[in-house]
Amino acid sequence: MASAIEAENLVKTFGDVRALDGVSLDVPEGTVLGLLGPNGAGKTTAVRVLTTLLQPDSGRAAVAGVDVLKHPNEVRSLIGLSGQYAAVDEYLTGRENLQMVGELYQMSARDAKKRALELLEWFNLSDAMDRTAKTYSGGMRRRLDLAAALVVRPPVMFLDEPTTGLDPRNRLALWEVIETLVEQGTTLLLTTQYLDEADRLAHDIVVVDHGKVIARGSADELKAEIGGERIEVVVHHPDLVPEAVAALTPFAKGDPAVEKNTRRITVPVSGGARVLADAIRELDARSIEIDDIGLRRPTLDDVFLSLTGHATEDEDAADEGGAAAKKGRRGHGKDA
Amino acid sequence: MTTALPDAAIGPVPVVRRRGAAATLHDSWVVAKRNLRRMTRIPEIVVFGLMQPVMFVLLFSYVMGGAIVIPGAPPGHDVYIQYLMAGIFAQTVTFAVAGASAGIAEDMTKGLVDRFRSLPMSRAAVLTGRTLADLVQTAFTVVVLALVALLVGWRIHDGVLNALAAFGLLLMVGYAFSWIGALIGLSVRSPEAATSAGLIWLFPLTFISNAFVPVSSMPGWLQPIAYWNPFSSTVQACRSLFGNQIGPVPDAWPMQHAVLVSIGWSVLITVVFSWLSVRKYRRAAG
Repeated sequence: MASAIEAENLVKTFGDVRALDGVSLDVPEGTVLGLLGPNGAGKTTAVRVLTTLLQPDSGRAAVAGVDVLKHPNEVRSLIGLSGQYAAVDEYLTGRENLQMVGELYQMSARDAKKRALELLEWFNLSDAMDRTAKTYSGGMRRRLDLAAALVVRPPVMFLDEPTTGLDPRNRLALWEVIETLVEQGTTLLLTTQYLDEADRLAHDIVVVDHGKVIARGSADELKAEIGGERIEVVVHHPDLVPEAVAALTPFAKGDPAVEKNTRRITVPVSGGARVLADAIRELDARSIEIDDIGLRRPTLDDVFLSLTGHATEDEDAADEGGAAAKKGRRGHGKDA
Repeated sequence: MTTALPDAAIGPVPVVRRRGAAATLHDSWVVAKRNLRRMTRIPEIVVFGLMQPVMFVLLFSYVMGGAIVIPGAPPGHDVYIQYLMAGIFAQTVTFAVAGASAGIAEDMTKGLVDRFRSLPMSRAAVLTGRTLADLVQTAFTVVVLALVALLVGWRIHDGVLNALAAFGLLLMVGYAFSWIGALIGLSVRSPEAATSAGLIWLFPLTFISNAFVPVSSMPGWLQPIAYWNPFSSTVQACRSLFGNQIGPVPDAWPMQHAVLVSIGWSVLITVVFSWLSVRKYRRAAG
């Protein structure tokens, strides 16, 4: 299958911060790539390079077969970009915003007007279309921003943390729109901090940290790599820990881990809630008193703990450094 | 939200291919429309932009007019207002700097500029669209200011055509100065800083000139500076075109050739600062 997005060895530094340190990506046509990473990992920088907003120090990139560095304007007519901060003009109405974007995509004023009305209807903004975007709720602004990215029906779309800060209902609705776009053949690069989002939407996942790709594969492959789900048990009496381990071993898909101080046993399993119920019955049958038991699924934190040895929260310092290096303009420095 | 987009959601949309100047003009006009719409939604900006020059007219002519002596004329409000208006008009159009610098600084800090930069549009259009919208605002301000001045006794003494030429010259100067504002807006980090940075240097520029008092009343060492100040040429040109000149035009070369010098400065400033601004805009996030 042909590649819709290709990047080879992208490098971009801001002062001392290597925001991109040799990133390579390949997104086949009609698929969704989830770019995962903590704040400051380089996700947004990668999107900015691929959408022609930022010149890399070195490396090569092509979108829909067009070289991003050599023919940026051609690339711009083939992509739609929707970001974390809704890029709409607050003092224009929803309709005026979309019409302006259409005209700047070089549509005729008449076509732009028609397209704006179509999109406003699809995104349930018809009732609010003649109100300024200032009066819109956060979810409405995000919808308007996504609509703006769809004006020319671009074959390739970049969504930079599209659901950050949205409530669950709006997040779900946005996911459904994204799924529809993909069904219709759009190629999508999606950055996110949420594993569940990538899990639901992405065919392939690339995990970045400190500007480097540290893992790639499907969601299932990644989960398998970090150990899948597991049962965690805290036993009441320290003396009973060995017997609890013995009771749980039949369910284990790997070696159980024991933390003596906290009397916590972690057992990798597969089979979900059914296994948890069996485990509880087995412990009960042996009269082992427990303080806590639960089924844990891997989170993004687990991915990072497992892949890098540090959790996502450690990244704030790097993020600030990157933002400061870019003169503190929020629009440019949101994700070094 | 609609979950199933119609099939029409895929496939290319019809676009119009424009090249070179036609593309820049089209995109600049689209951005200018946006900025003009914003002005109607935030009328405070236009209103406060008007209040300052109107206040200057009233304060200078009624409070200081009696004390400022123009060589060859009796003191008093009625004479001074004739002398003053060319200066007030010229100062007003240079204040377009503040609007452009604050507006562009604000655009640059919002996500919207990323949207513009990701679109297949002219790289100059965000700035040109801004300066064109400012030109419209400047024209509006000048018209209202002229009406207020007529109410308090200012008169055109050299025909309507010359007066129109003076207004044309003022708009040209205002347009040039809005490009200085564009560069300032791209160079500072916040809209607040842009407003101050846009205005602060305008005070010495407009006061060390022939705008409010005759240059001959200044210390000898300051006089050449005031005469060669590009702003003075604009004031002198308008004063002559409005027929508001009292006594002979000063001997200094830029005063004798004021219209030409003023046009020359405007063209030079527009060319240099638009080139610098567009270059800076291209690099702003890269």
